[in-house]
Amino acid sequence: MPLRTDIKKVLVIGSGPIVIGQAAEFDYAGTQACRALKEEGLEVVLVNSNPATIMTDKAMADKIYIEPLNLDIVKRIIEIEKPDSILSTLGGQTGLTLSMQLAKEGFLESHGVKLLGANPETIDKAEDRQIFKDTMLSIGEPCIPSKVVETVEDALSYAEEIFYPVIVRPAFTLGGSGGGIAHNPEELHEIAENGLRLSPITQVLIEKNISGWKEIEFEVIRDSHANIITVCSMENFDPVGVHTGDSIVVAPAVTLSDKEYQMLRSAALNIVQALEVEGGCNCQFALHPDSFEYAVIEVNPRVSRSSALASKATGYPIAKVATKIAVGYTLDEIVNAVTGNTFACFEPAIDYIVVKFPRWPFDKFVYANRTLGTQMKATGEVMAIGTSFEQAMMKAVRSIELKLDTFNLPKLQMLNDSDVVRLLKRCDDERVFVVYEALKRGIELAKIHNITKIDKWFLAKLQNLVKMERKLVKKELTPELYLEAKKMGFLDKTIVRLSGEDAPEKRFASYKMVDTCAAEFKAETPYFYSTFDEENEAAEFLQEHDSGKKKIIVFGSGPIRIGQGIEFDYCSVHCVWALKEEGYEAIIVNNNPETVSTDFDTSDRLYFDPLTPEDVDSIIETEKPWGAIVQFGGQTAIGLTKHLEESGVHILGTSAKSIDEAEDRESFDELLQRCEIPRPEGKTVFQLDEALKAAKNLGYPVLLRPSYVLGGQNMIIAYSDADVEEYMNIILASGIENPVLIDKYMMGIEVEVDAICDGTDYLIPGIMEHIERAGIHSGDSISVYPAQRLTEENKKTIVEYTGRLARELHVIGLMNIQYVVHNGEVYVIEVNPRSSRTVPYISKVTNVPMVDLATKIMLGATLKGMGYETGVHPVGDYVAVKVPVFSFEKLHSVDTMLGPEMKSTGEVLGIAKSFDEALYKGLIAAGYQIKHEGGVLISVRDKDKEEIFSIAKKLEKMGFKLYGTKGTAAYLNNYGLHVEPVNKISEPGKNNILDLLESGKVDYVISTSTKGRQPAREGVRIRRKAVERSIACLTAIDTAKVLVDCISMNKSIQDVELVDITQIQISDRNHGI
Amino acid sequence: MSEQKAYLLLANGQVFEGKSFGVTGTTIGEVVFATGMTGYQETLTDPSYYGQIAVQTFPLNGNYGTNSDDFESPQCWMKGYIVREWCEVPSNFRCEKTIDEFLKEQHVIGLYGVDTRQLTRIIRECGVMNGAITTEDVYAKKEELLAQIQAYEIKDAVKTVTTKEIKRYTVENPEHEVVMMDFGYKAHILRHLLNRNCNVTVVPAHTTAEEILAINPDGVMLTNGPGNPEENTEVIETLKKLIAAKMPMFGICLGHQLTALANGGKTMKLKYGHRGGNQPVKDLNTGRVYVTSQNHGYAVVGDSINPAVGKMSHWNVNDNTCEGVEYYNAPVYTVQFHPEACGGPRDTSYLFDRFMTMMRKEGE
Repeated sequence: MPLRTDIKKVLVIGSGPIVIGQAAEFDYAGTQACRALKEEGLEVVLVNSNPATIMTDKAMADKIYIEPLNLDIVKRIIEIEKPDSILSTLGGQTGLTLSMQLAKEGFLESHGVKLLGANPETIDKAEDRQIFKDTMLSIGEPCIPSKVVETVEDALSYAEEIFYPVIVRPAFTLGGSGGGIAHNPEELHEIAENGLRLSPITQVLIEKNISGWKEIEFEVIRDSHANIITVCSMENFDPVGVHTGDSIVVAPAVTLSDKEYQMLRSAALNIVQALEVEGGCNCQFALHPDSFEYAVIEVNPRVSRSSALASKATGYPIAKVATKIAVGYTLDEIVNAVTGNTFACFEPAIDYIVVKFPRWPFDKFVYANRTLGTQMKATGEVMAIGTSFEQAMMKAVRSIELKLDTFNLPKLQMLNDSDVVRLLKRCDDERVFVVYEALKRGIELAKIHNITKIDKWFLAKLQNLVKMERKLVKKELTPELYLEAKKMGFLDKTIVRLSGEDAPEKRFASYKMVDTCAAEFKAETPYFYSTFDEENEAAEFLQEHDSGKKKIIVFGSGPIRIGQGIEFDYCSVHCVWALKEEGYEAIIVNNNPETVSTDFDTSDRLYFDPLTPEDVDSIIETEKPWGAIVQFGGQTAIGLTKHLEESGVHILGTSAKSIDEAEDRESFDELLQRCEIPRPEGKTVFQLDEALKAAKNLGYPVLLRPSYVLGGQNMIIAYSDADVEEYMNIILASGIENPVLIDKYMMGIEVEVDAICDGTDYLIPGIMEHIERAGIHSGDSISVYPAQRLTEENKKTIVEYTGRLARELHVIGLMNIQYVVHNGEVYVIEVNPRSSRTVPYISKVTNVPMVDLATKIMLGATLKGMGYETGVHPVGDYVAVKVPVFSFEKLHSVDTMLGPEMKSTGEVLGIAKSFDEALYKGLIAAGYQIKHEGGVLISVRDKDKEEIFSIAKKLEKMGFKLYGTKGTAAYLNNYGLHVEPVNKISEPGKNNILDLLESGKVDYVISTSTKGRQPAREGVRIRRKAVERSIACLTAIDTAKVLVDCISMNKSIQDVELVDITQIQISDRNHGI
Repeated sequence: MSEQKAYLLLANGQVFEGKSFGVTGTTIGEVVFATGMTGYQETLTDPSYYGQIAVQTFPLNGNYGTNSDDFESPQCWMKGYIVREWCEVPSNFRCEKTIDEFLKEQHVIGLYGVDTRQLTRIIRECGVMNGAITTEDVYAKKEELLAQIQAYEIKDAVKTVTTKEIKRYTVENPEHEVVMMDFGYKAHILRHLLNRNCNVTVVPAHTTAEEILAINPDGVMLTNGPGNPEENTEVIETLKKLIAAKMPMFGICLGHQLTALANGGKTMKLKYGHRGGNQPVKDLNTGRVYVTSQNHGYAVVGDSINPAVGKMSHWNVNDNTCEGVEYYNAPVYTVQFHPEACGGPRDTSYLFDRFMTMMRKEGE
């Protein structure tokens, strides 16, 4: 069936902010969907609260609403835009849930809107635990013994029936949040209670524990004609028990014989036919390792993280095909865009193996509970493609950016054998490294298998790597051994280090194509991965397709982690588009399967490979590019600058020297002196004693951070020697290459600017101001554009300083500067001559296409030539408030107190004509509930008490019941408020703080008390309890203040203006100051 | 793992250097590639590979070893086997042997450690070509070997692989009597029939129509098999007679091709065939597309079917070649692909049900 004629205008719902379990993969899927719809000539209306996405870019849709993703807003957008259809399956769980609510309420029907992609019956069959079980039963597909319960008591009694351990899975939650494995009634009580609370329908599934079975996934696509195919099978390295998002995953499945494979494949088809999905669907199975017994774990009738992985692993564009199906096409009508001459109705055959490796945030959250279970904890992932499992694993380990190039984790080497065996029993993010260490020590494979249940196939392959390491250490490095090691994925650097000999030759990688069909057909899409074979398909392709254009490589940003998120992918993609527009050939190198940049048709050529100097060398050897761009790929790409320059690669834009000048403390100080710009006083140190001395000289509080970081990695404000000691010990333990910086901490308004510079002129699209005072990481601050509290004088100084720095650093392209305004004076905190996380949202709200301009400048254009004056861009009619979003409910034991170290995983934007309304929208979009009555618990440190008074007074006036820890309560009551004192956790007696939080009487918590990150501390425990009870917890006085202001506005979501950002007027370009 | 060198010499003179597994020696065959990512044991024991050297495009083979249950015929008929990597430590609860042990037992010469993608691309571009695997010094005797390679032809394929004697398989509550003409059948064709309560008499390919009719079957199953279909002139004559007798028949693969030839149709050799588990086939009656398992180098020329005699019922979505025919002159339908799967998807097993329905209807 061709395109349905009754579809003309489609509403697409995005997935909102990046949180653990719902990340960039939905930007990738959503972007593909929007493009597929536009390709059909359909009008696309988009709603998504996440401003950092490509999806919300003006090129993607006809109407774009960056608005909170809630029912009322979406209803209003439907009323305004009157779409005839809504696409529900491309926006993750968020988009799906909203669509289903709209459908079930009858809103869609009454407004004449068709639901595309899924219907409520399908979704209920897949997502409602009981209906799912019944459906599976009716088609003969086995499920794990389980029961849906709605109370803790029922959970406990069912667990007695099926025996412990049991798994708790809450219904309708993201990334399995709120779930876990319970080994006894006590644990079950806790997990079930939490899970019931987090489930929007107060349901959890209690399930027999089948840990240790193989976990196998299939990605299935079905159309309205019941044509059905599987795109890809995947097998988890970690057996059942670890969330698939936290598992190392290989594609295709490797330990299944055809019989088992076809059994599960047929089961997947059977299920998807029964659910009548039209589009993509993910089916997860548990397979008993010693029989044909299997069970269906879960089915996701939408595109998902796994479908993004399957798309990148095979080249098959699942989201695009799913979209075409949703608007009427059948699989045999959709051309396979990769081969260009076959159809979407086939199953990809791959002739390589893919490894997905998760990226966890535990390097930042050092006190987080690292145990892996049913609740996902990874923030991102990398994918590696190889001709052998060993090669793909070696690529993966160097892509996750933990400074590793093998599976040797230095800290494990100090342990004795029994410690290693003990660690094998612990399932956490380091398990694969422990397994490797165990293999190295000759601990028997069978024993490792018995403890971990990791399939022997994987263990034997890891052992091959161990053997190769041993060979390199012991044997002479012959050309044969060298090549063998290269084929297994070892870098030259590693080979030389292990063998102590020079490499007998320099061997560059050659490239093979990802073509969906194992070379059966000639493919047209140049998507490559490296191998060490003779034939180089990339070189061949270049010869056959010589366009005569200059070639430029854009280096991507690698895995998504805290501090380096989707915004850099936005920049990379825009850079590629600008390069193509300017008549260059744009080449992307990246290793992140969740992104738009690694979509097969984003760049002219895609290299899916690690971003280490050596890996990159080979690409350069094959491509021989005219230039390379590093400024859009975050620290990952910036880190390559020096190496590239030394290898003689022409780096477009700001030079390596300038980047270094901004990062190196001494030369940065000199630079500021030359520019006559003040900065907070500071020192550079390497050792603890130096640090203590410097801190003493500067006077507490001081700010500590390593140089060359992004996202405030390992950054703290120290108030005492003890803080400095704790910090230095952690940082010294993780190995220190660059010095630690100690600065005097200055409290004041933090200001941020991004600027585009051409060496002479500079354009500041907008000045942003942070709600929270300096000391909270800019990524975790609520950021307001245009700045609201700065004097004209301040603004002038900021613009002036920015100009001086741009010129003095010879910035060509983008730069980001952070200032603090302290006692009316402007100081520079940090200068980064590269793109930043604010670039996407500022581009969208100011209409200044920052990355495009920066890219064109790197190619030789000037701001003047493009019609821009130097200075700050005129302010438009709208205020934009960026609000950070956290994933604290997924990360146990992490202190939620904000500080200089970044903790947020994503962001949302509120746009409105006034600051108040923009803030209101931003907070709503970020998930804050604006309640007008209830209880507030206040517990603040002494230095905040004065400031909290006015906030508390406001709350009391509005009718909130106030509770406080004794000190806080006494202070406030002293000034005439009525705060009920509550016992500390440590104090004897009932009714302590935790009991109060459990009671449900508290709606907001303001907690700034204990400093320090250790989970045992009182303040940390209060804040964690708030997270567990889903109570909004504010850890900065400034955030509390704006929230209270918001509450007092008495606004409703029905009152706010909805803004189509494509309608924001393009300001007159020639009005700079 | 063996470190002995082994070579592949292609008819075009190109040499691939790798290592030896299975047995050593020299073997000549037609080099073809197969794209299945599982099912190597089924591939190795599929008689349709008679005379051929199979290249696996999936790089990692032997991951789950081999076992006694997954044979599609009692032996490996292929002349040689090429993989990028074979697995020394296979892992599966049914695993009995490594793929290397299996090849040794079957006296098959294997080659590993070569760039199978490069090889596949050559075959794709040049078409299937003959080649030789040797563990001897290929350069020393290249000319001699090349002459042999170029002269090589797959001959008497069906004659070699077909059963030498009639075999009868019975079930407890038989509903149908089926004669299965064995052109090199895969075990799962037989299993599908037995599972559907058929007594099956497997007869050699050269069995005459009279002999078959004497058994008085409800239907005849025409199996898959190797080689050039046109070679089997005797069988084609037999089929003509069975068609004239209005015998219900279901043909798979070679059986499909031979039925077309018996009905005056033509067959052709494909450039590099279809071998794998991911071929999309459209049922032209319903418009539904199925993913099928395939293994063939020849195909029926779609428009060679006399419209008065039959019509194309299925085609390949990728290259529009003929994948199935329905005949009007007798209750006969045939498909090019493998509804019995193994290895590959099971999505078209309903075609066996259709055979049952057809026999039932004709019996009434």
